[in-house]
Amino acid sequence: MKVAVIGVGSTKFGEHWEKNLRQLAIEAGTKAILDAGIRGRDIDAMYLGNMSAGRFIGQEHVAALVSGELGLTIPAVRVEGACASGGLALRQGVFSILSGQHDIVLVGGAEKMTDVMTDGATSCLMGAADQEWEAYYGVTFPSLYAMIARRHMFEFGTTREQMAKVAVKNHHNGSMNPIAQFTNEITVEDVLNSPMVADPLTLYDCSPITDGAAALIICKAELAKKYTDNPVYIIGTGQASDTLALHDRKSLTTLDASVKAAQKAYKEAGITPKDIDLAEVHDCFTIAEIVATEDLGFCKKGEGGKLLDEGVTNIDGKIPINTSGGLKAVGHPVGATGVKQAVEIVLQLRGQAGKRQVKDAKIGLTHNVGGSGATAVVHIFSR
Amino acid sequence: MGHESSVPLFWRLIKPRYQLIGTKCKTCGNVFYPPKYLCPVCRKEGVLEDIKFKKTGKILTFSIVRSAPTGFDKETPYAVAIIELDDGPKLTSQIVDWKEDDLKIGRRVEACFRRIYTDGEEGIINYGLKFRPV
Amino acid sequence: MIGIVGYGGHIPRFRIKVEDIAAVWGADPNSIKNGLNIEEKSVPSIDEDTATISVEAALNALKMAGIDPQDIGAIYVGSESHPYAVKPTSTIVGEAIGCSSEFTAADTEFACKAGTAGIQMVMGLIEGGYIKYGLAIGADTAQSKPGDALEYTAAAGGAAFIIGKKDIVAEIEGTYSFSSDTPDFWRRDTIEYPSHGGRFTGIPAYFKHVIASTEGLMKKLSLKESDFDYAVFHMPNGKFPLKAASILGIDSKKLTPGFVVKKIGNTYSGSSLLGLAATLDVAKPSQRILLTSYGSGAGSDSFSIKVTDLIEEKRKNVKKIQEYIDNKEYVTYSQYTKLRGKI
Repeated sequence: MKVAVIGVGSTKFGEHWEKNLRQLAIEAGTKAILDAGIRGRDIDAMYLGNMSAGRFIGQEHVAALVSGELGLTIPAVRVEGACASGGLALRQGVFSILSGQHDIVLVGGAEKMTDVMTDGATSCLMGAADQEWEAYYGVTFPSLYAMIARRHMFEFGTTREQMAKVAVKNHHNGSMNPIAQFTNEITVEDVLNSPMVADPLTLYDCSPITDGAAALIICKAELAKKYTDNPVYIIGTGQASDTLALHDRKSLTTLDASVKAAQKAYKEAGITPKDIDLAEVHDCFTIAEIVATEDLGFCKKGEGGKLLDEGVTNIDGKIPINTSGGLKAVGHPVGATGVKQAVEIVLQLRGQAGKRQVKDAKIGLTHNVGGSGATAVVHIFSR
Repeated sequence: MGHESSVPLFWRLIKPRYQLIGTKCKTCGNVFYPPKYLCPVCRKEGVLEDIKFKKTGKILTFSIVRSAPTGFDKETPYAVAIIELDDGPKLTSQIVDWKEDDLKIGRRVEACFRRIYTDGEEGIINYGLKFRPV
Repeated sequence: MIGIVGYGGHIPRFRIKVEDIAAVWGADPNSIKNGLNIEEKSVPSIDEDTATISVEAALNALKMAGIDPQDIGAIYVGSESHPYAVKPTSTIVGEAIGCSSEFTAADTEFACKAGTAGIQMVMGLIEGGYIKYGLAIGADTAQSKPGDALEYTAAAGGAAFIIGKKDIVAEIEGTYSFSSDTPDFWRRDTIEYPSHGGRFTGIPAYFKHVIASTEGLMKKLSLKESDFDYAVFHMPNGKFPLKAASILGIDSKKLTPGFVVKKIGNTYSGSSLLGLAATLDVAKPSQRILLTSYGSGAGSDSFSIKVTDLIEEKRKNVKKIQEYIDNKEYVTYSQYTKLRGKI
């Protein structure tokens, strides 16, 4: 256990008409700094996950922008891996501490998506797919995951109702999360009857377009107790890549990058999936959560849908998934998501998750995916 | 003018897109479409040459896009699919000339030449292959 | 012997019925149908245009010809609805069908006879020994002003012909043209829809040129009506070609296989060429076909075409024009206006 999380912070996720990217990033950053009880000058470096400020707001060089706004002159790096940018930023931060170069690091994730119109956002997000061979033909992210869903239904008999239950569960969890974009409870009928976005996925199968930022203060494990009585340790990290285009994958129903990333993290932590008490997985679309539970080893391939029928992944179930409300209910400001997932796990392991608290949460997992599965990064946390 | 209006970006891929020309590795025999510039199997031992694929295949999976990205809004709803060519490679494109029961996993399709994307009223017209049921 | 080495066509799937257009404008569908002798017309998909239609037709022609596209030395695409006002359709076709870079190309315009003019140009290059094979295409996605009479007939489609001297399925025995400055139908630059001279488009325009060109061809080649088994005239509607046949003393039955206008409308530069392709689909060896195109502005190109023994074998594996005509799906007037970009 060489790295600890000593501070967390997050903005509310939603449509922030009055806040720009730098305001959101600073808000999350200062919350984490205050939560850790450190001073700004204690920070040695910053890693910021952000997918596409260039296309959404015409701004590149965002890490320098944010560190400047924080009044810091530390090394600041923007990390990008599409929707996995936040998780990747965390991993880079962890490595910088393990390397001995830095003792205390600020890991952030931020995205400002609502300054463009919906069709513009849909196009920007397609930057995470193959521009020349997928986006060129008018494919969208909902349709890529819809194609995965169609195949999963064909190969394993997964049903629309099972997919809908992911959204229902996550909205229920989100209703108890003060930072969530959506706090309304929904039903399976609501999901099935909402407007079709890309057959068979409806509006409620899809995570929304969101503004938001989240941040962590991580440090060398030996320093943790100096700042908090309640440190959470990062005991495993894993990452893997796969072909960018969905059509080049070996399987259309498994994200091999998720499988490999998880295996590495489990190995490093010296545990198996059975030891995980709760997980934040990448539910950009309802089918993605079902596939993730299989890829992360919580059930056999093809049985992810059944978990929803049996309530296994509810807060009071055997393996609670997305107690925060997931990407679906909390929202998905792309670069921030991976960091927000870590914030949720840390809160849960500290016992600070309020109404969402999982009893006796000791070991938690975050799973963050880029695009249709070309990047996957997994972290394992422990009390 | 961003990449959506780029002339060289689209011109460069005319041959592979219009004629379904991919690459074949002479060392391991694997074929690739879209074309690969380095054999991902052999890497430095790979020697790639052009190969033209037959324009027939079958649907592996599909969806219907109803919420379009910029530039495709007049075309919704349109069908997209991952197609497995008879010669092996899998690619992504649109399905055209379809009726309800044509959108099935396993349905046989053939390539046809269509407009893909028009850059407004003044920009160039980008063509390519879409697939229709046979 | 110079002739057609391979041919092929393409007609988009969508159709709109005369009665569905008439209903919008409060016109009597029966009098339109009887007056124009047409039932429905073809409508292109939102992603089809003259270039895509030309490519599909050319690929069919190439399949029949069985030649290496790299041996094509010239490509001419005739249309009044080229996708670009400046940037040739013919090079898009060349790239799409796998030609080399060693070909000459140009787009032609002469209302509905731009395609047949291309055939003559290619014939000249071949006879002159400059090229081995030439590709001539006539294709259009015709536009018409909403509410105008032309709305019932302006359609989309095209046909491609590979001309050469080797393994021909039909010999081109000769060609004759008749041209003049006759402004019967025109469209000014930057104006969206064409205009026409109403009844002036008949006798002084269509009939004058079609008759003169046909008679000129027959005189030049010393052929009579009875020497032809089939006849194809440009089909702006279903009445004009029948009247032309009657004036020329040609039995109207000879027009039947090529009479595509009734079910697909007037495909402009594709019209007479699709009619020729449909006729070649059923013609037998040594039968003779008369082809006379017509382009407003005005002019006609006539050809005498004699089918060879090779046709039955070579046309076997290529989609027939009748298959394209039969493969259809109807659209409503509002869908039609969306597809044609009028709304």
